[in-house]
Amino acid sequence: MNQLIHNPEIEKFPSNEVMLDLIDLKKVYPTPKGDYVVLENLNLQIKKEEFITIIGHSGCGKTTMLSMMAGLNEISGGKISVLGSSIKGPGPDRGVIFQAPSLMPWLTTMENVMLGVKKVYPHATKKQKEDICKYYLHKVGMESSFNKRASEISQGEQQRVGIARAFAIKPKVLLLDEPFGMLDSLTRGQLQDVLIDVWNKEKITAVMITHDVDEAIFLADRVVMMTSGPKAKIGDVLPIEFERPRTRKAILEHDDYYKYRKHLIDFLEH
Amino acid sequence: MKDSIIRGIKFIGLGFLEPLIRLINKEEPKKNTREVMRKIVAPIASVFIFIGLWQLGSTSLYNKEAEYKIEAATRNQGEEAAAKLKACMESGDANCQPNTLPSPSQVYAAYQVLLEDHKQISADKEAFAEKTFEMNKKRVAQGKRAITYTGRPSFVDQIKTSLKTVFAGFLLALFIAVPIGIVLGLSKTLRGSINWIIQIFKPVSPVVWLLLVFMIVKTLTKNSDSDSSFIISFISVGLCSMWATLVNTAMGVSSVNTDYINVAKVLRLRPLQKIFKVILPASLPLIFTGLRITLSVAWMVLIAIELLAQSPGLGSFVWEEFQNGAMDSNSKIIVAMFVIGFIGFALDRIMLFIQNLVSFEKETI
Repeated sequence: MNQLIHNPEIEKFPSNEVMLDLIDLKKVYPTPKGDYVVLENLNLQIKKEEFITIIGHSGCGKTTMLSMMAGLNEISGGKISVLGSSIKGPGPDRGVIFQAPSLMPWLTTMENVMLGVKKVYPHATKKQKEDICKYYLHKVGMESSFNKRASEISQGEQQRVGIARAFAIKPKVLLLDEPFGMLDSLTRGQLQDVLIDVWNKEKITAVMITHDVDEAIFLADRVVMMTSGPKAKIGDVLPIEFERPRTRKAILEHDDYYKYRKHLIDFLEH
Repeated sequence: MKDSIIRGIKFIGLGFLEPLIRLINKEEPKKNTREVMRKIVAPIASVFIFIGLWQLGSTSLYNKEAEYKIEAATRNQGEEAAAKLKACMESGDANCQPNTLPSPSQVYAAYQVLLEDHKQISADKEAFAEKTFEMNKKRVAQGKRAITYTGRPSFVDQIKTSLKTVFAGFLLALFIAVPIGIVLGLSKTLRGSINWIIQIFKPVSPVVWLLLVFMIVKTLTKNSDSDSSFIISFISVGLCSMWATLVNTAMGVSSVNTDYINVAKVLRLRPLQKIFKVILPASLPLIFTGLRITLSVAWMVLIAIELLAQSPGLGSFVWEEFQNGAMDSNSKIIVAMFVIGFIGFALDRIMLFIQNLVSFEKETI
């Protein structure tokens, strides 16, 4: 299995290598009243195999920043590079999990995952590609619904498939835009576990936007706090030093947890 | 058992029978009785009320027309002739009935006459085919053209001709409007530059389209013995009806959920893959809505076009009957009206059925 899903494009780097580099990033939206600067002088380095969560107030430009990393939004100034080379538009080296599950409702869960797998492994046999899809669907706990239409499963299940789809294309960077924002808190907890389980295995560099302070601490190696817009930039970065693999219970009982939490809330409420 | 019956009737579009089946199974009697009243009894009652009102209306029109006729006879030919006419009317003789809106029973009678007529003509045709079978064989062997039946078409033949025309027109609209709609939906520039054509030609009346097509086809089919009236009418039908599909397809394609487009972008699907895997399935519901409007518009304008283009079909049937002015002509026109309505309804149901088969969104209207 591992042999099969090994992507030759990903070479082994020492883990201090910078995977994603945002340099003097700027985003301007022209408006009738003059330019509106959303982001300015935004610098952030994300190391390989790091899990970053980004929190900040609504409308501060988090999603803008993430969609620029994904290549779905034009960069007004500065640059974003992946492993040293500037990005040009979207591509399968950067997987995205959107806030809405965005599965194609007319395809089955399997076909939805297959859509990306076909693209990334064009030379694999049909059986191999199916195995990859099944492997990841199994990982997210959807093994009993390979042939269900995406429109027939619940939103939580759809987001599970969304996670499988993103991991199955073996991206270098995984970008998550509040992936659990639309789910109830029980489902959200389950999906956090699913996400971190798969991530522990694959160790794909991940950048995730969230509104939820607990989620940010539980998942991240570093929590990045953004200042409020306009001209938003990185306000503060908080390294989370819990050992991995983490369990929710152990973290909640840890003394540092409340220290981290207080730090984040102080920043957000200042 | 019960559930499979319910699924079955829903599948063939008779979902309104569901409460009756549940009631027979003694399931929630109170609720299902109410549902049966609402979904079955009330519609049937409305049919009877409709027929009753029609009967009342036609009787009053009949009386008015009869009165007027007798008055005219008195004025022009004297009392005696008027009395004779009155007696003739009361005897029910077909030759002196006033000519007005026919009553439901007259329409039903006309319907049976048309059906009889169709049986007669079919029998004639069969007899003719049998009689000429041997001769035609010889003629074909000699390289001559076979003799075909050239008698008057029956009402059912007219319906078939109309369906053929509308189907050809619909296919024409489909093959023109869907591809163009997709291209327009994909390209903002093209949409902007071609929009004026759509906006200007969309509201043009069927009659004008017919004349335009006539100008072109007349020249093109000169010296050929193809059936130009059929060609003219189906092209006109297609051109009149394709706009709804064109506009809906363009709109559907251009307004695909940005999430799906973003997924396609992130996966960097090739343009064709993007169109067939993402854009087309996502816009199918709107395309089908357009196709349904197209089909119903096609059926609606068909009658007018056949009437003007002198091509055989229900339209020319209605027109001939109106010109004919025979005793039961009016009734036959009403029969044609109902047939047109029912077929239009059936066509829409068929489209809805196909839409539900191929599309991810289920519609029930």
